[in-house]
Amino acid sequence: MEQARLNIILHELKKSVLVSLWFMFLTFPIMVIRVNTLDHTIMWRWTNMAMIGCAAFVLSFFWRWAMKKKEASAVPAKSSWPHWARQNWAGYVENKTWIYTLQGLMLLGFIILPWIVSTYKTNILISFLTYVVLGLGLNIIVGVAGLLFLGHAAFYAIGAYSYALLSKYLGFGFWIALPMGGIIAALAGVALAFPVLRLRGDYLAIVTLGFGEIVRLLLENAGSFTGGPAGISNIPRPQFFGMHLSVAETNIYIYYIVFALALVTIIAVSRLKDSRIGRALQALREDEIACEAMGIDRVGVKLMAFGLGTAWAGFAGVIFAAKTTFINPSSFTFFESAIILSIVVLGGMGSNAGVILGAAFLVLLPEYLRAFSEYRMILFATAMVLMMVFRPTGLIPARGRRYVVHDPDLDLDDGSKSKEV
Amino acid sequence: MEPVLNVSAVSMNFGGLRALNDVQMHVCAGEIAALIGPNGAGKTTFFNCITSIYEPSEGEVWFTPKAGVRTKLNGMKPNLVTAMGMARTFQNIRLFKNMSVLENVMIARHCRTKAGILGALFRPLTVRQEEKEIVERSYALLKYIGLHKWYNEQACNLPYGAQRKLEIARALATEPTLLLLDEPAAGMNPQETTELKQLVLRIRDEMDMAILLIEHDMSMVMSLAERIYVMEYGCLIAEGTPAEVSSNPQVIKAYLGEEVHA
Repeated sequence: MEQARLNIILHELKKSVLVSLWFMFLTFPIMVIRVNTLDHTIMWRWTNMAMIGCAAFVLSFFWRWAMKKKEASAVPAKSSWPHWARQNWAGYVENKTWIYTLQGLMLLGFIILPWIVSTYKTNILISFLTYVVLGLGLNIIVGVAGLLFLGHAAFYAIGAYSYALLSKYLGFGFWIALPMGGIIAALAGVALAFPVLRLRGDYLAIVTLGFGEIVRLLLENAGSFTGGPAGISNIPRPQFFGMHLSVAETNIYIYYIVFALALVTIIAVSRLKDSRIGRALQALREDEIACEAMGIDRVGVKLMAFGLGTAWAGFAGVIFAAKTTFINPSSFTFFESAIILSIVVLGGMGSNAGVILGAAFLVLLPEYLRAFSEYRMILFATAMVLMMVFRPTGLIPARGRRYVVHDPDLDLDDGSKSKEV
Repeated sequence: MEPVLNVSAVSMNFGGLRALNDVQMHVCAGEIAALIGPNGAGKTTFFNCITSIYEPSEGEVWFTPKAGVRTKLNGMKPNLVTAMGMARTFQNIRLFKNMSVLENVMIARHCRTKAGILGALFRPLTVRQEEKEIVERSYALLKYIGLHKWYNEQACNLPYGAQRKLEIARALATEPTLLLLDEPAAGMNPQETTELKQLVLRIRDEMDMAILLIEHDMSMVMSLAERIYVMEYGCLIAEGTPAEVSSNPQVIKAYLGEEVHA
């Protein structure tokens, strides 16, 4: 007995030692060697190596413990939460009044927030809500229709540039440009969809990634028309019935515009998802051949998915341009697309609540963790890896819609399950 | 009376491979016909050709829907073929796995309903009415097939036999004139096969439909089909009633092989 325990402990220790050795080896070039270019000497920072070794040793223990816990909780199909927590939560999630109260409180909170926080924080909230809109738009393409799309920032740019150019050359106001930005982005999305109709998965991702870069490079090299890399400045802020607003007031005004847009997006996207069109999009994600055999026009539905998804990026772009009053191509790099995709994947593909939480996680958290800004990318990467291992379907996975059918016969067949859901 | 489906001299080439060779076939209204043959004979390719998933290299496919005009299907998009009134199931089950049983059937109502993007966003009365009708009709179909107690279950969680039945329910939801079943009894136990046989008969009688099925279960084919086509290496080698076909020497040869005289 004692011998067996000792063996297990030795085995675990050996594993951790190997892991820490491996990590020390991997990080050796970047963490240990440092070339001092002034003195032409090499610094050997052995303490760093020791620290990494210790950290890897401890973390590998923790990692294996967490993995064991995960496997153990997967078998009985219930989480390791205490009984009371599980039961209460299930009750709250099913209980409509609770959901409505919670939603009402959140709505109220968002309405009064800009009056009680500083302009700086309002700005952060504006960018949070912009990402919510962007994420929800991408969610239609990636989450609902299942098309891996890596060029969302391009349509964000198209929206922003439509407003900037329309106001610079044609003197269009914000309120005319807002719908036009959305429409132009949607048309661009449909135009992109035509050549990629036959592509799926990785291949589609590569093409859309390329498209994103093309748009950025076009904007950068279009010369004086788009202002090139210098971008366009002095974009007018939105007008409020011709009244003159101070910068702080405009900020609050823009906050409300984005907030309204986010609300409209949430309602529109959830309505779309739960409709004939939405079901067709989901069918496309599940099985293209079966989808066609069931009478769904594959081409039409794909074009629709792209158009519906990119339109929201266009709206968000117009508001972004109006908020910053200055745009240039470097705001719309691939990194931006990656962030939006991360929001969708982290939050939960196809789930609206998930996207909102994902946006909060990826936009708000970095702002409040400014103190750790040097390690932001490390934290970000760690969070992603942990999520992929422990919650592969996202923070709030999408739940399929459950229908209520009133059928008197159903109770006779199966008493336990047929309770209305 | 004009046949529902009329296939004349259809051939299908994949590069140098001739998967179908001059296939002639017709299915009459209200008839149960079967297509049998050894593995790799080209039965599923034939289904793919008539449902326009493939475009036949040669030959013509003509289809006469209920209360409709005779139409040539060559080169038509598969979704339009379905809309015209031809629905199919798949040999290797192709359900929408992560959606509920009811939603699987609801999707198949797509070609019989109209709501567009604006309808989805603003939900006028007509759209809400249509949506309600979709749910009701889909549920009624599930009940007809006998899957209604699972209606909110995810399709991939159903037992195998039920998944096959759900494919049939989904095909029926498109209101077909001709139902194509690709090995509906594959992997079912004898009891499930008997049930399926009764279901197919019930569908034909009550829904007034022509049915063409591919099947390997000989007892099922012999007792169900009114006419049987036998295919081997892409060619039709026999056609006739079950009795005729089962006594045809060529068919016996194709299925059992030939004695080798040394």
